Amino acid sequence: MRPRSRWHPWGMLAPSLVLLVAFFIVPIGVAAYESFFSWDLLTPPRFVRTANYRALFGHGELLHVALRTLGYSAIVVTGTMSLGLAMALLVDRPGAFMAFVRASIFSAYVVSWVAVALLWMWMLDGDSGIVGQAIRALRGPGAPVLSVLGEPRWALVALAVVSVWKLAGYAMIIFLAELQSIPRSLLEAAALDGAGAWPRFRHVTMPLLMPTAAFVGTTTLVTSFQAFDVVRIMTQGGPARATELFVYAIYEQIFLDLSVGRASAITVVFFAMLLAIAGLQLRVWRSRDPVVR
Amino acid sequence: MRQPHALTVGGLLARVAAGLVALVWVVPYAWMVLTSFKTLPEIVERPLAPPTRLDWGAYREVFATVPVARTMGITFIMAVAIAASQVAMALPAGYALAKLQFKGRGGAFGIILACLLVPAPATFVPVFLMFAKVHLVDTMAALVLPFAVSALGTFLVRQALAGVPDEIIEAARMDGASEWRIVYGILGPMLKPTLVSLFLVSFVFHYSDYFWPLVMTTSDAVRTLPVSMALLREQGTGARWHIVMAGNVVLSTPVLVLFAAAQRHLLRAVRPG
Repeated sequence: MRPRSRWHPWGMLAPSLVLLVAFFIVPIGVAAYESFFSWDLLTPPRFVRTANYRALFGHGELLHVALRTLGYSAIVVTGTMSLGLAMALLVDRPGAFMAFVRASIFSAYVVSWVAVALLWMWMLDGDSGIVGQAIRALRGPGAPVLSVLGEPRWALVALAVVSVWKLAGYAMIIFLAELQSIPRSLLEAAALDGAGAWPRFRHVTMPLLMPTAAFVGTTTLVTSFQAFDVVRIMTQGGPARATELFVYAIYEQIFLDLSVGRASAITVVFFAMLLAIAGLQLRVWRSRDPVVR
Repeated sequence: MRQPHALTVGGLLARVAAGLVALVWVVPYAWMVLTSFKTLPEIVERPLAPPTRLDWGAYREVFATVPVARTMGITFIMAVAIAASQVAMALPAGYALAKLQFKGRGGAFGIILACLLVPAPATFVPVFLMFAKVHLVDTMAALVLPFAVSALGTFLVRQALAGVPDEIIEAARMDGASEWRIVYGILGPMLKPTLVSLFLVSFVFHYSDYFWPLVMTTSDAVRTLPVSMALLREQGTGARWHIVMAGNVVLSTPVLVLFAAAQRHLLRAVRPG
């Protein structure tokens, strides 16, 4: 439609565009600019060319952060997707009881990450936590009294499991919506042809769920790649940096080490990796489903 | 064919399995609530036993350490301001993008889509520096302004408006309605389900958000509830988990009540397409 005045469209868009550009586009440029300086927020900034990047890559520090984040994401994505799908298949039944089960599982997605992180810290507590004690019992006598969060080998896995607990309800709800949109007649026709429960799932349900699985997988990947709250609250990146993920590394550089340049350089690398993930996301969605949504 | 009343063996097994799965979520909540009513000796001596009586000491401690009413007020004002602003800004922007023809529309839409790719953790360092320059760190503005517009919300409103027939707008124009009135008085009410979902999801997200209020505040001037409750643990509580869990109950109850009351709207917003 024609606007009534040629200024109307821009008048309506201007507030939104100004704020979005100021808080999402400009900051990326500022981060790129600051990444070439050394600045501690107190003394004047010093231009250092690519020294920040060389230092971060040189020590292998940034590579470790990237690999750690990807490893954490891999557990979160596979755990969330498989658990979400399994639970969706299980609770896709009528009745008030199943509605209650669905709501309990999904509620974790609504509750604050802070509450989830604190609750699990307490549950994993080696001395008196309900899960911590069970883990100690399973490991037999001589097991460390510490919480698994204090063990470099297990801390990151523990954070990933807690994240799966928080996110699985989200995956379940999305799979459920898709399951319920599969026409019953399709499954009944397959049953009439003599297909058992597994072949029906394998050859009818699963192909129809693929686009949804791609959606759940990529959104969970993007979410988990930005994990911060569980790290900050449960481990502060420790023990021995075992849980230092991307966003926490940026946070540490600027607020604990007062190094704006380094923080900006990690931000730039972090953003580049997010763009790569977004590219992957688009490819996956396009190949699975003609409608990008 | 599914018969609701005939309970098959498979159906029964599924119920039992589903019940066990639900326990994985219900037991932690129950333990959180039970812990919050314990006393310190009970936690140290019999950590797994339920409390012998309802002790409100942990809650009294939370209210004594954290100015709960004030902090919750700040959190609510912030979350409502963000959610309301996102809805109010998305309507005219979505209308211009969906219904009006003008030069530069593709570019404007492109900017909004580009912003979808930039999450807050990728912007907080430069935004913090920008706010520090104008002395806005530790103010309500630093918490609200960066989220006053939602790229995703604008995109969703634009998609919803694209489905509204042009005739409705043309008829309103013939009746002499101003563009302002068309956007907020006619199209707004038509999009009510979308806007309610957008508002609620945004409210719940920002009420619970820990990251942004943490990095944008340096004192308790505008400290929000999640940040305060996480601090409760950091202030050397040691084994005093009953206090931390009481804080958790205070923090979670409002969103869980909202979820129970508005489940339908929240679920619709999460689902794609």
